[in-house]
Amino acid sequence: MAPVLETRQLCKSFGALTVAERIDFALEPGARHALIGPNGAGKTTFVNMLTGALAPTSGRIFLGGEEITRASQAARVRRGLGRTFQVTTLFRSLSVLDNVALGIAEREGIARRMWRPASRFTEVKDEAMALLGTLGIAADAATRVQDLPYGRQRLVEIAIALGLRPRVLLLDEPAAGVPSQDSGRILEVLGALPPDIAILVIEHDMDLVFRFARRITVLVQGQVLVEGTPQEIAADPRVRSVYLGEAAHG
Amino acid sequence: MSGYSADTRVRWTEWLPWVVALAAFFALPEYLALGARILIYILFALSLDLILGYAGIITLGHSAFFGLGAYTAGILSTKLGINDPFLQLVAAAAAGALLGISTGAVILRTRALTLLMLTLAITAILLEVANKMSSLTGGADGLSGVQVNPLLGLFKFDLWGKTAFLYCLAVLFIAWFFVRRLIYSPFGAMLTGIRENTTRMHAVGAPVYWRLVLVYTISGTLAGIAGALLTQVNQFVGLNVLGFEPSGELLVMLILGGVGRLYGAFIGPALYLIAQDYLAKQFPEYWYFGIGTLLIVIVLFAPGGILGLLDRLKPWLPSSRPGSSARASAR
Repeated sequence: MAPVLETRQLCKSFGALTVAERIDFALEPGARHALIGPNGAGKTTFVNMLTGALAPTSGRIFLGGEEITRASQAARVRRGLGRTFQVTTLFRSLSVLDNVALGIAEREGIARRMWRPASRFTEVKDEAMALLGTLGIAADAATRVQDLPYGRQRLVEIAIALGLRPRVLLLDEPAAGVPSQDSGRILEVLGALPPDIAILVIEHDMDLVFRFARRITVLVQGQVLVEGTPQEIAADPRVRSVYLGEAAHG
Repeated sequence: MSGYSADTRVRWTEWLPWVVALAAFFALPEYLALGARILIYILFALSLDLILGYAGIITLGHSAFFGLGAYTAGILSTKLGINDPFLQLVAAAAAGALLGISTGAVILRTRALTLLMLTLAITAILLEVANKMSSLTGGADGLSGVQVNPLLGLFKFDLWGKTAFLYCLAVLFIAWFFVRRLIYSPFGAMLTGIRENTTRMHAVGAPVYWRLVLVYTISGTLAGIAGALLTQVNQFVGLNVLGFEPSGELLVMLILGGVGRLYGAFIGPALYLIAQDYLAKQFPEYWYFGIGTLLIVIVLFAPGGILGLLDRLKPWLPSSRPGSSARASAR
């Protein structure tokens, strides 16, 4: 099966510092894939290159077989690449409903409309409400995001991304900062995401990673160390070494 | 609260500015010149609020559009003999739009202090161009002898300013209607999104840069119209419409009223210009001291401007009801 998202020899350097080095990566349609690695491994840099927030120094990126290496962030989203952020990046003073509706309106090409009141686009509101209902946060629709507990803000991030109807969803540490009692809910939501969406999760929470992912890629110092099933990764001595802090000693 | 959750019906309080303006027309005929000036600055402030309050574009150079509009109307009349008021307005609007799209396309790639300095540089350049091209602009002496034909061929611009006042009121009403529609529209909601979080707007696929250029152009168009109105009402245009001072003054007016609240653009200029008129009569040499004190008091005790203060007082008012502030602020 042709990968829905693929990188070939992707590199990123900041001056003499190389943070991503010849990364070859492929995400299958409907994948449940996790990207793990110690702090500073280059995971978020990799995601930022995929989404267009950072331009790669060299290498190529393909989405659905089309090259998107030079495409703008907006063009990538229109082609089906959605993301969430490591730290919640929301419209804090707007309601939960508006946060999701803004994304849906962009997807539908409604956001350019200047005359008809936004509140009369009932189809946008209805879709946003349905999405919030799916994630179990419909009761918070009228609440301003800044007044929500952090765990629910993470769900709003996922709701916005789903509102874009992505083919590929990049979730950058979806459970980061979430109290342990709420991270189960995040996992539950991730598990219930539509099967046709390919999902790449970047996460430090190994429990979540091993319960969610069917394949795992380990990134160390900007390079792919190993890729495999959760069982293969768990059994790999190099991965253990990295996570036990022995990598520097060989 | 904006966009998709907002109640867009026009509340009775939104009619107040128009009722007050019409009442002033009949009750205060000796102040119609001041009234017309206030209406023009409300339109100017409205154009600034659109980019600063809703889209989050910071600027100290908004007078560039105002001044260009003012000079466009003046030059059309004095050099080309085009005295039709509507043609002058259309030409000023087009000039403002052209300046908006051409400068916006360059400067809106930058942010924060860089953007602020670039906006200031643009109005400073225009000021110097207007100063040096004295054959066209009158230079430091200004451009006098601007003629304006009777409105619709019927209403002459009279000495008492009756026609000018109603003309400015009508133009402002149309602009207000347009801006109100725009900020409640999906485009307005999207602008609020850009102001709130540009990174997130990129992540939902919004072409942020182009949208900013568009709203900057719309704002420039409105400011150009305001500038033309000033020329038509005064039948004169001088260098004081360009540069830092009118931009800074406008910013102060908007801050006084409340940024990003639509009606802050109404309250601020009215309060500022009435205070200026009163203080200049009472204390001709020290009137700026009074304006400065007013600004300090507002910034210290009402950081959201007069409308922000009213919002904070609302819970103590007997008529307050849930949701009303959201509609009032049109955000």
